[in-house]
Amino acid sequence: MKITVDDDRCCGAGSCVLLAPDVFDQRDEDGVVVLLDARPGEHLRTAVRGAADVCPAAAIALHEEG
Amino acid sequence: MTSTSEVPPFPMPRARGCPFDPPPTLRGLQREGPLAKVELWDGSTPWLVTRYADQRAVLTDRRVSADMSNPHYPRQGPGIVGSLSFIGIDDPEHARLRRMVGSVFTVKNVAAMRPAVRRIVEEAVDALLAGPRPVDLVEAFALPVPSLVICALLDVPYADHDFFQTRSRLVVNRTTTGEQRTEAMLGLADYLGGLVAAKVDDPGDDLLSRLAVRIRAGELTHRQATDVAVLLLLAGHETTANMIALSTLLLLRNPAQLALLRDAQDPVVVTRAVEEMLRYLNITHGGRRRFAAADLEVGGQVVRAGEGLVMPTDIANRDPAAFPDPDRLDITRDARHHIAFGFGVHQCLGQPLVRLELELVYRTLFRRIPGLRLAGDFESIPFKHDALVYGVYELPVTW
Repeated sequence: MKITVDDDRCCGAGSCVLLAPDVFDQRDEDGVVVLLDARPGEHLRTAVRGAADVCPAAAIALHEEG
Repeated sequence: MTSTSEVPPFPMPRARGCPFDPPPTLRGLQREGPLAKVELWDGSTPWLVTRYADQRAVLTDRRVSADMSNPHYPRQGPGIVGSLSFIGIDDPEHARLRRMVGSVFTVKNVAAMRPAVRRIVEEAVDALLAGPRPVDLVEAFALPVPSLVICALLDVPYADHDFFQTRSRLVVNRTTTGEQRTEAMLGLADYLGGLVAAKVDDPGDDLLSRLAVRIRAGELTHRQATDVAVLLLLAGHETTANMIALSTLLLLRNPAQLALLRDAQDPVVVTRAVEEMLRYLNITHGGRRRFAAADLEVGGQVVRAGEGLVMPTDIANRDPAAFPDPDRLDITRDARHHIAFGFGVHQCLGQPLVRLELELVYRTLFRRIPGLRLAGDFESIPFKHDALVYGVYELPVTW
């Protein structure tokens, strides 16, 4: 799984950080998403899918890799 | 054109004896189809989007606008024109303004507020225990806690709470006339504008000072900074206060759920309960409002450019397609995907702070006052059927 984030769309709601703090963080200056780990391990994938689902701005995209 | 007599008015009344459930007419519309015309206070007839998935799709669609100054925008009531800062404008200006205060509400920064918020909650419970019984929990606890939190964050003197609470209540009351609402908004703007101006000369470490610094840098006008301050003060105490009081009442009416919450050792039980309370009660009952800036399709039907859109998230959060057995209150369910905070780029900015306040209230109130109970009849509790933000006017409790 590869994650990309669109920081233009991000509205800094922080839902992704609550669900997957090892993968997502927020910039100190404005709360916009920071991707900590673009290829998270298997154990984090459920949390990452949850984070993408609840992202209000649809700013998290998941790409399944073969 | 459909005759307006066939179009139900919105918002709709709740059923007698079911104050925690969405209006039956609204549930009926959801069962019938994805879209329905409704009539608002001003005679306009926007589309009401009934289902969870469609509401989320509309609220993230870039072809819809939240511009409150546009005549197509389905307004909540008279007298609300502009002055609500970034919640009533579109990107990119919305994002620019919102991001100026975004850092304050990051998950990390809100976590750092935990000791201060905990102290506020503990002291409020101390005051309850030291005070008379029975007591109105709204006045003595639900309103002071979030007011103290937002005052500390903004550096607004809590001593002025009567002033801003009275005006905030007028703003969110549905029966307020346009004139009264405008006057209340102007009163809040005058008050906060004065505080912001003082911070321009003497900035501190608070949120108003951050806005003042932006004024000095030429990035915000004084008016824009004041509008942000009004929004944060209003949204920061009124909604959370209603959520605290209404969810306390809901738990008192559901003793098994309350016991589960009170006796929980695992902190996850409390955080899940917070989400379920938000889902189940969804206190903003006026619906999220938008209009189509271009033609778009919703639930297989075409919505034309210029048509209004109303998304009542209370009914989305009871959509069986998104939440199995949606009318059952179950604090152990995973309700994290509820849209009580809205959805799309306008989703509530203060949500980490709301979650923190509710969590600390639930962890503290019921454990320190295990005998908490209603002091009168459930039937005589005055619910805010006439308000844009739902809740109770009074909650007499004893222990």
